[in-house]
Amino acid sequence: MTLLDLLLDPLRYEFMVRALATAVVAAVVCAVLSCWLVLIGWSLMGDAVSHAVLPGVVLAYILGAPFAIGAIVFGFLAVALIGTVRSTSRIKEDAAIGIVFTTLFALGLVLISVTPSQTDLNHIVFGNLLGVSAGDLVQVLIISAVVLAVLVVKRRDFTLYAFDPTHAFAIGLNTRLLGAGLLALLALTAVVALQAVGVVLVVAMLIIPGATAYLLTDRFGRMLVIAPVASALCAIAGIYLSYHLDTAPGGTIVVVQGALFTLVYLFAPREGVLAKRTAARRHRGAAPVA
Amino acid sequence: MNAIEVDDLTVRYGDVVALDGASLHVGAGRVCGLIGMNGSGKSTLFKSIIGLVRPASGSIRVAGVDPATARRRAVIGYVPQSEEVDWQFPISVRDVVMTGRYAAMGTMRRPRAADHDAVDEALARVELTDLADRQIGRLSGGQRKRAFVARGIAQGATVLLLDEPFAGVDKRSEATIVRLLRELADDGATVLISTHDLSSLPTLADEAALLMRRVLHHGPPAEVLAPERLATAFGVDLAVQP
Repeated sequence: MTLLDLLLDPLRYEFMVRALATAVVAAVVCAVLSCWLVLIGWSLMGDAVSHAVLPGVVLAYILGAPFAIGAIVFGFLAVALIGTVRSTSRIKEDAAIGIVFTTLFALGLVLISVTPSQTDLNHIVFGNLLGVSAGDLVQVLIISAVVLAVLVVKRRDFTLYAFDPTHAFAIGLNTRLLGAGLLALLALTAVVALQAVGVVLVVAMLIIPGATAYLLTDRFGRMLVIAPVASALCAIAGIYLSYHLDTAPGGTIVVVQGALFTLVYLFAPREGVLAKRTAARRHRGAAPVA
Repeated sequence: MNAIEVDDLTVRYGDVVALDGASLHVGAGRVCGLIGMNGSGKSTLFKSIIGLVRPASGSIRVAGVDPATARRRAVIGYVPQSEEVDWQFPISVRDVVMTGRYAAMGTMRRPRAADHDAVDEALARVELTDLADRQIGRLSGGQRKRAFVARGIAQGATVLLLDEPFAGVDKRSEATIVRLLRELADDGATVLISTHDLSSLPTLADEAALLMRRVLHHGPPAEVLAPERLATAFGVDLAVQP
């Protein structure tokens, strides 16, 4: 079998093509959003929201409403509950996040268990790339287009919000709306990503690409290119590996992303661990020894 | 005309009274040094002027209007404390200064020629032109402060608020910043600076205000710095200290 055969073989199946398309689109949207999440320090919030949307998605399924609506409602509910617990009790934020998102996630699991045709819904938890229907793909494409459009149009505002919210507020930007907007985008992105890798692994797609890009550049504009490109390549590599090794596609994608992060963490030209160590040694060598 | 008018301002955080009937008027084109211990309410006063905290009572006017209108007009330039800034953030000096122009830009904040000109001019004014493309954290302490002052200049801010701008800044850089602020004041800007550095106050400021949850004294620096006044504000006798 030649390399070309290895690459073309899976594409004979329509479900593999759909899986690739879904994975790449989800990887790109998550990666673009992750650039802001890692800089604002919202990684944990991404984790929380992506889990907390589960009951919303299940309820939307039961009611026949779009998943996105259920996800947004429960995404905001989660953030509101976290804020309430933190500000009205002595519980600190990380504990509040842990309590709220696991409870909502568990509520989702309970709802799934009492809903007929549960096989369908269990796929939301662990992802079911190989079972993505044409309708699912359309939903993924529409939501992704909306999220990317908003992020691109308001990217400078979001970046200022991440860097210096006080200045943003002082010059009349609506920082409350910017924060709420990012949360809504986060909930929408969770819907896209859970089609690909499932609720449990969404957070990996929402953090790793941005963190990887952050180690490679000092320019936010470049992060916005590096993160989605790297994430899409990881998604493609993950799908092919899972096809040929017969492994779970969602899990394989995330493992590949984690592997790439590890490489960058070690070997990045300036921020990599090895480069830093070499620089430190050179610095020490240059200084006169006392 | 007074550029900053704070009257009888009280701010509470839960049970904690951060400001208790503070009043401070600063005239246009003046440099006012705000001194007081940690916890005396300096940061709270700044946040109140910007409108970030809601006062329990009292009134605030900035450039003759309420804080919300002042924000819409982008009147206030804010130079944050060092600890408040993420110096690892992937943003260049030029891009930081450009954020001063955002209020005047369209939805996408796409810079036009006039914005680029304003940024170049502001960078030249603070002598950071050569370092404009550096990541913001790759500047020295004094250069970082100048970058944020440049943002206020590019913004066209008429009221500049600087929170502890001299912390971690060497004396030479401090002198450069002081000179720059004096120039801006001569051009009509009003500057309010919170500082721990009492020794530089007379060269820096036209007036000083001593804050201890309310303004204990407000006048010429030499008068405010009189040992007996400082003793009440700081609770120590500074006269015996070097």
